[in-house]
Amino acid sequence: MSLLVVESPGLQTTVQDFGREGYGVLGISASGAADAVALRLGNLLLENKPGTPALEMTLTGGTFVFPDGAVICLAGANFGAQVDGQSLEMWRPHAILPGKHLVLGATRDFARCYLCVAGGVGVVDFLGSASTHLVSGLGGWEGRALRKGDVLQIGRLGKNIRRRKLRTGVLEEVKPKQTLRVTRGPQFDWFTAEARSALAGGEFVVSEESNRMGLRLDGPRLTADGTAEMISEGAPLGAIQVTPSGQAIILFVEQQTTGGYPKIANVIAADLHCVGQLRPRDAIQFEEVSLAGARALWIEREKLLSSEERLFL
Amino acid sequence: MLAYLGEEIGAATHERVVRLLRLLQREPIKWLRNIQPAYCSLLITFDAAAVDHAEVQKTISKLEKRAKKSPAAQPRLVEVPVCYGGEFGPDLEDVAEQHGLTAEKVVELHIAQTYHAYFLGFAPGFAYLGDVVEEIAMPRLETPRKEVAAGSVGIAGRQTAVYPFATPGGWRLIGRTPLEIFRKDREPMGLIAIGDQVRFRPITREEFLAARRA
Repeated sequence: MSLLVVESPGLQTTVQDFGREGYGVLGISASGAADAVALRLGNLLLENKPGTPALEMTLTGGTFVFPDGAVICLAGANFGAQVDGQSLEMWRPHAILPGKHLVLGATRDFARCYLCVAGGVGVVDFLGSASTHLVSGLGGWEGRALRKGDVLQIGRLGKNIRRRKLRTGVLEEVKPKQTLRVTRGPQFDWFTAEARSALAGGEFVVSEESNRMGLRLDGPRLTADGTAEMISEGAPLGAIQVTPSGQAIILFVEQQTTGGYPKIANVIAADLHCVGQLRPRDAIQFEEVSLAGARALWIEREKLLSSEERLFL
Repeated sequence: MLAYLGEEIGAATHERVVRLLRLLQREPIKWLRNIQPAYCSLLITFDAAAVDHAEVQKTISKLEKRAKKSPAAQPRLVEVPVCYGGEFGPDLEDVAEQHGLTAEKVVELHIAQTYHAYFLGFAPGFAYLGDVVEEIAMPRLETPRKEVAAGSVGIAGRQTAVYPFATPGGWRLIGRTPLEIFRKDREPMGLIAIGDQVRFRPITREEFLAARRA
């Protein structure tokens, strides 16, 4: 095993993979990479398996040293990575020589940058996943965000570094968007006509009080009609629930698994990675699609990514 | 997809939820990703590349019919020792005052019930227990606490629960247990599981501290 030393952690850096889906009965949400598409493509460029654990950095990156060297790939948001004052191109494998400092800064575009490492970041799995669940302090590296001085294991270097590159157009296809497509939520009909049209046409702004659990949105107040009493029920990833004050919250990867607020809509699976790239104060809009439409978009996305993966075999 | 098995909170509806859950857990269904039970419903997460909503609906309806005939599971009884009031239960006096009762009477009413564990949610190991008698039911705090200590026992509406971790929380805190509700190095990890019967037993501050040291 080789090592990764955290010289400075950045704002919030955690170990993430595709998460641990399937433990709702225990009250455990899946966690996992906020932008699973970036994680998948970053690993692909290193010829890692799709869900190999990597570091997820948030808004501002850290500084890392690899005493034995490493091959890395940066995916997702551009945090202006440098080694010895030289910029590192995103979405390309790079060899980092032993002892060199990989320095990342503040984001230049989106919220999260993934530091993928050939062979992956090694932590003890919890319920079959390396993902950190910050809220409950489970999984990942000691169940918490990385701190200065942490030393993690990474996979051993392969002999060859192949200068892999994604096909033209792939990144354009998966580029995070500010218009999120949604399907109707189970309580859509509970909302007033005004609320429904505000959802479709209004502009919402991601509040500072947003994290991996959920994104609070400022914008039009969404009012529920009538007096129907909501009984708490399971809430899926991407559900847009509305508090009694009319504020919309998008439930995200470390979400609470059940909720007692009505859900007006749900971000479609094919756009969930866009949610992971939203920064506080970003303005967003919603666009309604049918269930069948959402499914078609998801299948299309899977086709795109798996055909890219086949090229790398 | 949400499968609704009733429209009100109660043992009968929940029995249907648990029966369908057990059946889903036993069946080898390839497209099934996650099941989230609640009072009256199951949220089914599925692989949308493999199946569509209609097919999931069809499978669930079939299983629902089968689940009706499956035998009911024998519930486990879990006892939770609680030190009520004082620093461990900062809202006990408020609950008492709200209902014109003494703190002792609130505790008496809280321990008199055997609670049903409806489901786990909010945080790993957090079991929604019901039903709390109307005499001590309390709405949530208007402003949730930024941090509630692990082991805190709270009331919200006609539900009661034990916080497994130090998390933010808006339930009215009436006591605290020295038990560790969720431990990842234990099997099962959660002390309380869906369908369990739960009883609370009052302990003294000394007993609480002794249990914590043990």
